[in-house]
Amino acid sequence: MSTTQAEGVTRPGNRPIPDGERRPPSGDGTPPTARRRSGPQLSRAWRLNLAALIFLLPALLLFGYFSWWPILRSALLAFQQTNLVEPATWVGWSNFVRLFDDPVLPIAVRNTLWFTALSLLIGFPLPVLVALLMSEIRRFGGLLRVLVYLPVVVPPVVSVLLWKQFYDPDSGLANHVLGLIGLGPFLWLQDQHWAMPGLVITATWAGVGGAVLIYLAALAGVSTELYDAAEIDGASVPRRVWHIALPQIRGVLLLMLLLQIIGAFQVFTEPFVMTAGGPENATISVLMLIYRYAFLDGDYGRAGALSVLLAIVLGLVSALYLRLTRPWSRS
Amino acid sequence: MSARADRGVLSSADRRRTPVRLWSGGMQTVLVLAVVVAGAGPLYWTVKSAISATPDLLAHPLSLWPEKFEWHNLSDAWSTLQIGHYLVNTAVLVGGSWLTQLLVATTAGYALSVLRPWFGRVVYGGILATLFLPGTVSMVALYLTVLNVPGLGVSLTDTPLAVWLPAGAHAFNILLAKQFFDAIPRELFEAAEVDGAGSFRVFWRIVLPLSGPLLAVISLLSVMTAWKDFLWPLIVITDPERQPLAVALPRLANSADQALLLAGMFIAIVPPLLIFVVFQRYIVRGVGFTGLKG
Repeated sequence: MSTTQAEGVTRPGNRPIPDGERRPPSGDGTPPTARRRSGPQLSRAWRLNLAALIFLLPALLLFGYFSWWPILRSALLAFQQTNLVEPATWVGWSNFVRLFDDPVLPIAVRNTLWFTALSLLIGFPLPVLVALLMSEIRRFGGLLRVLVYLPVVVPPVVSVLLWKQFYDPDSGLANHVLGLIGLGPFLWLQDQHWAMPGLVITATWAGVGGAVLIYLAALAGVSTELYDAAEIDGASVPRRVWHIALPQIRGVLLLMLLLQIIGAFQVFTEPFVMTAGGPENATISVLMLIYRYAFLDGDYGRAGALSVLLAIVLGLVSALYLRLTRPWSRS
Repeated sequence: MSARADRGVLSSADRRRTPVRLWSGGMQTVLVLAVVVAGAGPLYWTVKSAISATPDLLAHPLSLWPEKFEWHNLSDAWSTLQIGHYLVNTAVLVGGSWLTQLLVATTAGYALSVLRPWFGRVVYGGILATLFLPGTVSMVALYLTVLNVPGLGVSLTDTPLAVWLPAGAHAFNILLAKQFFDAIPRELFEAAEVDGAGSFRVFWRIVLPLSGPLLAVISLLSVMTAWKDFLWPLIVITDPERQPLAVALPRLANSADQALLLAGMFIAIVPPLLIFVVFQRYIVRGVGFTGLKG
C-alpha cells in the first residue's frame, strides 16, 4: 500500500479524491483493465474493489438469501405448486383461481379494510389532537412524553393479552369501567360487531405514542412568526390551529396517514392472539389468511398468490411513502 | 420545550386572557389525566394484578391496590410457567439479531460510503429497493428458504439462526449507516491512507470509533424491534422449548392461572421498559427523526 501511495500522490489523474469532493461513482470504479496504468496503480483499484466486496459480503449474503431471493421466490411461488418434497411444478393461474374460490377471502379483505378504516378514524386524529394540546403545555412536558410513549414500549403480544383480559365480559376492566356510567355489559370479543372495534382500540392504544412524538417534533418546527402574524391579524386560537399549525405539518400528516395504512393492511397479532379471527371470521385479516394457507393448510401456492396481491397493494402505498420521504432523507 | 419556542399557537398575551386560561387550563387538565390513565394505567394494572391472588383479581378488577400482596406469583411464574427459560430464549434471539444488524450495517455502510466500489451503486439500489416491500409479503417464501437454505441443504428452523440472519437483511440500518459515514470528512480517510493504513484498519481504527451515535441508534432500534417480534419467531420456532417469551405467552394464556400469567406478562415488559427508562431521552427525541423513515 505504501508504495502505491507515494506514486499516487504525484499522479493527480489517479488520485481518487480531491479534498472533500465525492468520487464519481463510475470514475475510479471502472475496471482497471480499461486503463493503461502501471502495475501498482492497477492493483490499487483492484484491492479497493476487493476490500469493498469483502466488506459487503455479510450484506450481500444476507440480503441475497433472506431478502432478494424470497421476494423473487414469492412471485414464483404464486404460480407453482410445492409440497416441499418433490420439486415445485408450474400451475399457471390456478393458485389465483383457487384463492378467489375461497369464500373467506372477501371476508378477510373486508375485515382488513374495516380495521384500516376504523384505525384511521380513531387512530389518525387522536395523536394530532394530543400533540397539539401537549405542545402548548409548559409544565411536565417531558414526563407527559414518556407516559405517552410508554404503551409503545410494551411488546405487542403482552398488550394484546392485557387487553384481552380487559375485554373479558365478566371480570374485565372494560365492562366494569363502563358499568360505572351505566353502560353495558358488552360481550366485546365474543360479539361479531364489537370484536373489531375492540381490536382497533388495542392497536390504537399501542401505537398512538409514536405518532404523538413525531407530530410534536413537527409542531416544534413551525415558525413562531407565522403565529405572531396571525395573532396580529386577529385570528382566533382555533383558526391558528386550522390555518397555520395543521397546514404547516401537512407533509408529516400525509406520511403518517400512509404509514398507518401500510401497518393496518398487515394487521396480524391483534386478531391472531385475541380472537383467532373469530367470532365467525368477523376479525380474520388478510395476513392471517396467508398464515392459515401456508402454515396450517400447507398450501404454499395459494398463500403465495395472496402474498403477491398484498405486495402489489402495499408496494403502491410504500412507493408513494418513499417518494414523499425523499426530501427528508436527502437533507 | 426548546428555548426558541417562546410561544406556540398560544402567545404569552393569550395566556393572560381569562377565557383562554380557563379553556387551556381545562383542556390540559383533561389531557394530563387522560395521558396518565391511558399511558400508565394499564401498566399499573398489570403490576397490581401480577401480585394479586386470582380470585381477588376476578372479583375486583377495578381495585387499585391488591387485597394481599402475593409476591410469590413472580417466582411461581418464573418456575412453573418457565418464564425465566423463555426470557433467556428471547434474550438469545434479541442479542444475536442485534449483533448481526450491527455487523451488516457498519460493514456495508463503510463499503458503500467510503470504499465506493464500481458495483456499489447497484448493491445500494438493490438494498434500498427492499424498503418498498414490507417483509410480511415475502414471509412465506422466506420461510421456505429458511426451511431449506439454497445451496446448503440445511434447515434453520428451530435454531436462533432462523431469526438472526433474516434480521440482518434490514435496509433501513444500512441507509442510516451510509448517511452517517457520508458525513465523516474524507480527509480523515486520505490521511490514514497516506499513513499506510489499509481498508480494514481505517474501518476499525477510524470509522468505528467515530460511530458511537450510529451504533446507539441501530442498537436501540434493533433491540426494541427484536423484542417486540412475534409473527416471524412464531413461524420458524415451533419447538416450545426454544420459543421466545412473546410466542410462549399466548400459548400459556390458554391454560395458566390468571395471576401467574399476568406475572409472566409483567416480567416480559420489564426489560424493554428498563431500556426505555434508561434511554428515554434519546428515544423520545429520536422518534421524531427515525420514525419518519422507519
